[in-house]
Amino acid sequence: MLDLNTLWFVLIAVLYSGFFVLEGFDFGVGILLPFISRAQEPQEVDRRRRMMINTIGPHWDGNEVWLLTAGGATFAAFPHWYATLFSGFYLALFLLLLALIVRGVAFEFRSKDANPKWRRLWDGAIFIGSALPALLLGVAFGNLVRGVPIDAEMNYVGGFFNLLNPYALLAGVTALVTFALHGAIFISLKTEGDLKVAASKAAQRLWLPTVILLLGLLTFTYFETDILARLGVNPGIVPLSGMAAILLAGYFIRRQREGWAFLMTALTILMTIATVFMILYPRVMISSLDASFSLTIYNASSSPYTLRVMSIIALTFVPVVLAYQAWSYWVFRKRLTVTSALEY
Amino acid sequence: MDVILLSRLQFAITTVYHFFFVPLTLGLSVLVALMESIYVSTGQEVYKRMAKFWGKLFVINFAMGVVTGIVQEFQFGMNWSEYSRFVGDIFGAPLAIEALLAFFLESTFLGVWIFGWEKLSKRAHATAIWLVAIGSNVSALWILIANSFMQQPVGYALSGGRAEMTDFFALVLNPNVWVQFPHVVMGGFVTAAFFVMGISAYHLVRKNEVDFFKRSFQMAAIMGAIGIIMVGLIGHSQAQHIVEVQPMKMAAAEALWNTEDPASFSLLTIGDLTQRREVFSIRLPRLLSLLAYNQLAGEVKGIYDLQNMYAAEYGPGDYIPPVAVIYWSFRIMVGAGVVLGLLALYALFMVMGDMLMVRPRALRLYSWALALPYLANTAGWMMTEMGRVPWVVYGLMKIEDAVSTTLSPAQVLITLLGFTLIYGALMVADVYLLMKFARKVPSEEMTASTDDEESLPSLIST
Repeated sequence: MLDLNTLWFVLIAVLYSGFFVLEGFDFGVGILLPFISRAQEPQEVDRRRRMMINTIGPHWDGNEVWLLTAGGATFAAFPHWYATLFSGFYLALFLLLLALIVRGVAFEFRSKDANPKWRRLWDGAIFIGSALPALLLGVAFGNLVRGVPIDAEMNYVGGFFNLLNPYALLAGVTALVTFALHGAIFISLKTEGDLKVAASKAAQRLWLPTVILLLGLLTFTYFETDILARLGVNPGIVPLSGMAAILLAGYFIRRQREGWAFLMTALTILMTIATVFMILYPRVMISSLDASFSLTIYNASSSPYTLRVMSIIALTFVPVVLAYQAWSYWVFRKRLTVTSALEY
Repeated sequence: MDVILLSRLQFAITTVYHFFFVPLTLGLSVLVALMESIYVSTGQEVYKRMAKFWGKLFVINFAMGVVTGIVQEFQFGMNWSEYSRFVGDIFGAPLAIEALLAFFLESTFLGVWIFGWEKLSKRAHATAIWLVAIGSNVSALWILIANSFMQQPVGYALSGGRAEMTDFFALVLNPNVWVQFPHVVMGGFVTAAFFVMGISAYHLVRKNEVDFFKRSFQMAAIMGAIGIIMVGLIGHSQAQHIVEVQPMKMAAAEALWNTEDPASFSLLTIGDLTQRREVFSIRLPRLLSLLAYNQLAGEVKGIYDLQNMYAAEYGPGDYIPPVAVIYWSFRIMVGAGVVLGLLALYALFMVMGDMLMVRPRALRLYSWALALPYLANTAGWMMTEMGRVPWVVYGLMKIEDAVSTTLSPAQVLITLLGFTLIYGALMVADVYLLMKFARKVPSEEMTASTDDEESLPSLIST
């Protein structure tokens, strides 16, 4: 029987999955902004960038709320997880915050002044603000499954550089490249003309590196984490179906079936996050010092009363949120064309 | 400097900064929604143009509020992890609910609103901005439910070394919420009203688009007058509530060192901060009793007595908050409020007598008054938060026990400097853009972007 602690663990996994699938492609668009907008005329470069931003314009902020809600849900359901993670990964989170701050502002500010220097500045902010969080979140999740030094008082006792181990860095780079691919496919799905061609080309180029990185990460994961020793939960089929999805994505990219390709990269991301949470369960932060110091869904959780209240609220409102967010994607389902009016 | 002091400074800077943007969002979303609704129901184009013009300023401001809000959500865990562990069972809930109920709503529908002018029916498009307005104000409700627990803890029991929620509805119905929330929301309405009046006045003085800005000024004047009256009335009950649940805060706000009955109201007090005593004071007899209890007598406890009471209850320690800061914040807030009240009523008077165009000198005043709500909002929060010192949760947890134990001063110094620098730079960009678009004459703006929206050149120029 599913207890409330497990329900909240699953719910947070769902929130992160939603976040990475959705914000994954808008991070990707931001990462690709300087690259696939290349053209002869400076005006054409600007137009392409504007178009790229417009593909995610109505959505990026709503996508980011998935992360905020995941943070809030962690605080509400597992206060010790929230406290240990956020104070422990202090400087990494600070960098993440700075990146998200300049990125969010840049989307709104960049087109409000025609000065090329102004635009370059904010376009740079969009690139860094998209690439850095992708990298940092990959590193953070890599460390989460690998385990970090946590003492008996539930405090993280490693430093900032402790987080930069080869495994976590590989996870970071993998996240970066995977999101870039996911974003390239999204652009090719949402635009027409030159930009679509450029995005398709980028997707073709990014596919093989993504496959290699994901394969490398998965292999490394079998050595670096206790994935094989876990009892109760079998992580085998989930990461393997993630790998199958990325292979299929390559097929669909070549066949110009953008919708299917996008679905496949979304699945890959989903399966990767699912793998992360399956390795963790029932722990939420693995201590590398002593297994008994690990935070679990039981010793890090809120009281049964709070979990009950929050469950009622979440189960009532999450479907509503899903419904109207899906509706907003429906409203903007059409491809952007050269003649589309590009708002602001 | 130690981790506590640096963390407090960082929290103060990031929170005050965040709250530069929030009040305008609360009020302006409603005003823009009203404009668009008038457009939808009357079909008058000018209201659509108003919604677009003020909507653009709204979006610039909103973006800043959103991104600085992310920091708020994270820094309880980053800098105040012991606090998070102690109250997470209670405090995390409203934060998560805020994200789920409000953040999704406002961000999703703002995206729909900005990009959906041509894609939705008029009615659906107006509904989108109403949902943004509702989302923003619902967000204020939940974060103030969280803050109210820190001011007046309710619905909890201490268990296993932490505070645990025992009654969710007590938390939501915390009496503090229902004075604080309307005060903040109405403060937001006033901020938006003076923002719109200030910019409209700028254009009216220059005779730009007179009809457009007269209507804007009118709507704002009505909102401002209603808002400021509510702010005053609610503020009064809020002060009475504070006398009851946080007597030290009110004593400090009044620099009332000794218990008085009937209590006098300080017009001006100069104190000796190191000795913690009064040097010079002009006081109006009985007025504080009147304010506190709506009658001419009644004991209001002084700082010395409260200190002794707290020491007896919670053990030896210093329970006196920074009196001068609270005293002056309170006076700046109330003083600004009084001036805003007079200006709002005068604005209404000018609007009703159709005198806007014949009083350019008075109008100019409103461009300057734009800054006053910001002053009042900031001062109000300074008093609210500093007045709780030394407590982070009133009577339950002290600030020194709340800070993360794993941080080094160097780490916090890095982030403090980082946030301050980036916030400073963004403020420059934000003010630049706001000024640029506020000064733009809307008719020129509109012809540029609507007439040739389909052609390529406008894609580049707008």
